[in-house]
Amino acid sequence: MMLFKLSIKNIKKSIKDYAIYFFTLILGVSIFYVFNALDSQTIMIDVSSSTSEIIQLMMTILSGVSVFVSFTLGFLIIYATRFLMKRRNKEFGIYLTLGMSKRKISLILFFETLLIGILSLFIGIVLGVFLSQVMSLLVANMFEADLTKFKFIFSSSSAIKTIIYFSIMYLIVILFNTFSVSKCKLIDLLYSSKKSEKIKLKNPYICIILFIISIVVLGRAYYIVTHDYMALSEVKDILKPIVMGIVSTFFIFYSLSGLILRIVQSLKHYYYKGLNSFVFREFSSKVNTIVLSISIICLMLFVTICLLSSCFTIKNSMNKNFKELVPVDADYSVFMNMQNNYEDYIEYGYNEEQISTSNYTVKEKFKLLGFDIIPYFKDYIEVNLYATPELKLCNTLGSKLNELKEKYEFLDYDSEEEVIMGINEYNKVAKMYGTQEYTLKDNEYMIIADYKSMAKVRDIALKNRETISLFGHTLTPKYTQTKNGFVEMSSNHINTGIILVPDKILDKNYIYENHLIGNYKLKNEEEIRELEENINKLDSEKDKYVLPNGATKLSIKEATVGLTAMVTFIGLYLGIIFLISSAAILALKELSESSDNKEKFQVLRKIGTDEKLINKALFRQIAIIFLLPLILALIHSVFGIKFAIQVLEVFGNEELIPSIIITTIILVIIYGGYFMITYFNSKNIIRNRN
Amino acid sequence: MENILKVDKIEKYYGSRSSLTKAINNISFQVEKGEFVAIMGASGSGKTTLLNVISTIDKVTSGHIYIDGLDITKLKGNLLNKFRREKLGFIFQDFNLLDTLTAYENIALALSIQNISSKEVDIRVKKVAEELDIKDVLEKYPYQMSGGQKQRVASARAIITNPSLVLADEPTGALDSKSSKMLLEKFKYLDEMGATILMVTHDAFTASYAKRVIFIKDGKIFKEIYRGENTRKEFFDEIIDVVTLLGGDVNDAL
Repeated sequence: MMLFKLSIKNIKKSIKDYAIYFFTLILGVSIFYVFNALDSQTIMIDVSSSTSEIIQLMMTILSGVSVFVSFTLGFLIIYATRFLMKRRNKEFGIYLTLGMSKRKISLILFFETLLIGILSLFIGIVLGVFLSQVMSLLVANMFEADLTKFKFIFSSSSAIKTIIYFSIMYLIVILFNTFSVSKCKLIDLLYSSKKSEKIKLKNPYICIILFIISIVVLGRAYYIVTHDYMALSEVKDILKPIVMGIVSTFFIFYSLSGLILRIVQSLKHYYYKGLNSFVFREFSSKVNTIVLSISIICLMLFVTICLLSSCFTIKNSMNKNFKELVPVDADYSVFMNMQNNYEDYIEYGYNEEQISTSNYTVKEKFKLLGFDIIPYFKDYIEVNLYATPELKLCNTLGSKLNELKEKYEFLDYDSEEEVIMGINEYNKVAKMYGTQEYTLKDNEYMIIADYKSMAKVRDIALKNRETISLFGHTLTPKYTQTKNGFVEMSSNHINTGIILVPDKILDKNYIYENHLIGNYKLKNEEEIRELEENINKLDSEKDKYVLPNGATKLSIKEATVGLTAMVTFIGLYLGIIFLISSAAILALKELSESSDNKEKFQVLRKIGTDEKLINKALFRQIAIIFLLPLILALIHSVFGIKFAIQVLEVFGNEELIPSIIITTIILVIIYGGYFMITYFNSKNIIRNRN
Repeated sequence: MENILKVDKIEKYYGSRSSLTKAINNISFQVEKGEFVAIMGASGSGKTTLLNVISTIDKVTSGHIYIDGLDITKLKGNLLNKFRREKLGFIFQDFNLLDTLTAYENIALALSIQNISSKEVDIRVKKVAEELDIKDVLEKYPYQMSGGQKQRVASARAIITNPSLVLADEPTGALDSKSSKMLLEKFKYLDEMGATILMVTHDAFTASYAKRVIFIKDGKIFKEIYRGENTRKEFFDEIIDVVTLLGGDVNDAL
């Protein structure tokens, strides 16, 4: 029982000084609970069957992310435990000299971990249960559902999952503690604090050279990821700048830590003012031991910033895309003339019967299936898309082909046929969608696309005025660049290019897709859902016929909302966990630093330093450590976000500023909050207790 | 002569009403400008408490302490820091140097917290380093110096601000006899240059460098002796006599 009392006393003592770490633990538990309980929060809102499928998918992904999150938190807990244990070497040394066995010390640590584990889990889950009620509002908002029947929900499955995951983490900590106690030596325990650390300043010239090399490497990495994303086709192409970035981050901190003091020292007026010499000496004395952790934290912050801003961008853009890319109620399409590419279709999994019955338009196909869709439409148009082996990507690029092939290795130049459309038919679509209409002369063509990276590739050929030949005609480009536009409705910018040509040159035998686009007579969403569910029921005939594929406002909306919610939740989940873990590590380091430095601040007081000056010095010490990784992470992020924007281009990226603002707010609140708590806590630790 | 320090009927009690310890029980004395005074006493006699209340690190229970005519028992907060910074210089048994700073920076710190320009800091640090014979170690860190060097650096930090009063708490406590002697010679030199030094020690040899020794026993002044025209050796013998008279822990005093 004595051991147990010792454990409780130790916990009380360390909770006071390291409250912020325990707070982070509790927060980690509650966030873990909240995100794993998301599915039960959705019970209370009305969702359609397709939305609930998306929620299922989201939960599967979130539980995958949870494994990753538990690794992060596990790392934090082990790091913190090891750190706090080191600080208690002397205490353990005294226990050993008093004749306590190592087994008993392990037992003390076991009780401590057990108590902390139980406490943090209990408080964390209670907090999580309340937080998840707030989450319900967010969920309802995301799925644009009314929160008609608010209920207080406790997810036992999430609670059990949380308990299991964290128990495993604490178990590992206990094993780890037992191992390190069994390994330690009495002499090291007792005298570990007395070992005076030698102060070694790094060679400034080596630092300068390292710094310059790192900056150059980093600049090169920035350039690679931002100047031309389409050229990064293989994994190794993307890994290269990432490795370059990681290595140069480390060496920038390594060299900077050696240089900062020198730079400040050379500013004599600044250096010998107030406690500046003390602040920078303290910084440079401990910086060697924290270069690695600062680098890791910098990278974690970088990932967090990119993750949060990309996720919010996707969310915002998707809502905007929806308005732009889904202008009408429905776009039904069906493949035609499948026999033209018989082997390809067989390879895609279509059967012979489906191919032989592929010469019907959407309208005819519906009739054939015994379902007349036309009466449901208020207005509609029918258009055809063409494709011919005569015109592939390689045929449209002309003399630029080899140059582009070298640059963008992964594009399919030689097998996939280009999509072709008559200009008048396109104008029918444009009129219906309310987009720009065009005219072409008999010997002209133009290209519309809304996937910017691909448009960029095509622009190179158009600028060079490359001609194409089609069905015995030679056409020259009307414009020197692709125009914005699309035919198929979708939630994202996915039109990589449609070649518009004069209608009269087209050959009906090469129609490959027929579209029926229009607005329903039905106004009520319920009626539309019923209609579309009935259409889905035609599935039973799918072995005989290729069924018309519907890209409808309702289905796209549900998919968009689901994807938006998924992306937002994953971003928030990972982002917040990363943020609190890295901030907690810094806070822990700085707090222990402050208690180590108690004596030093006492000396400063004895020689008559003002409290104000002391507080200022403390503030600066902590601010430097918190700001260093943040500043570099922000610089990284500028380029990281630029890269992310290109990757996420299909989602559209116009809505960047608001997401950066939201990210900044989250960053300032969480990271800034940890910083301020660390400062006030440190102030408390070094306060004169006489 | 002018009084730098006037201690007026001070008392310091510790503990609760039921078990009261009188660490200082009605002590009064004065130190004049340019004096070098040693306070001697066995462990527990109250000498360190006396130094702590004079240095404003601790507070008296009753009575007054005047330094340069200012009643320091009434000072609070930043005024106290300002007073400490401008009027007092401290030398501690365990040096209390900041281990991450070089000797130069340690000494300079006492001036830079007073907002003195870096140019003047440089001039004054070099001057005081010359006086205390530590020019060679200015660029070294505390861990690279001997105990004697460290204590001279600490002394330099204490006197560089030209304080009214230098307070030294067992300055030779952690030094070997050779370094002790060297440090005390420097104290003598500083005293001759006009510094006022109040030193607490339980070592008779150290005390013999002072011009006056005040003996404390059980929180009261037991005896006070002046060196006058005596040699240091004669003064040392005289101190030993009083220590013997003090009884108790003679070994502790030697």
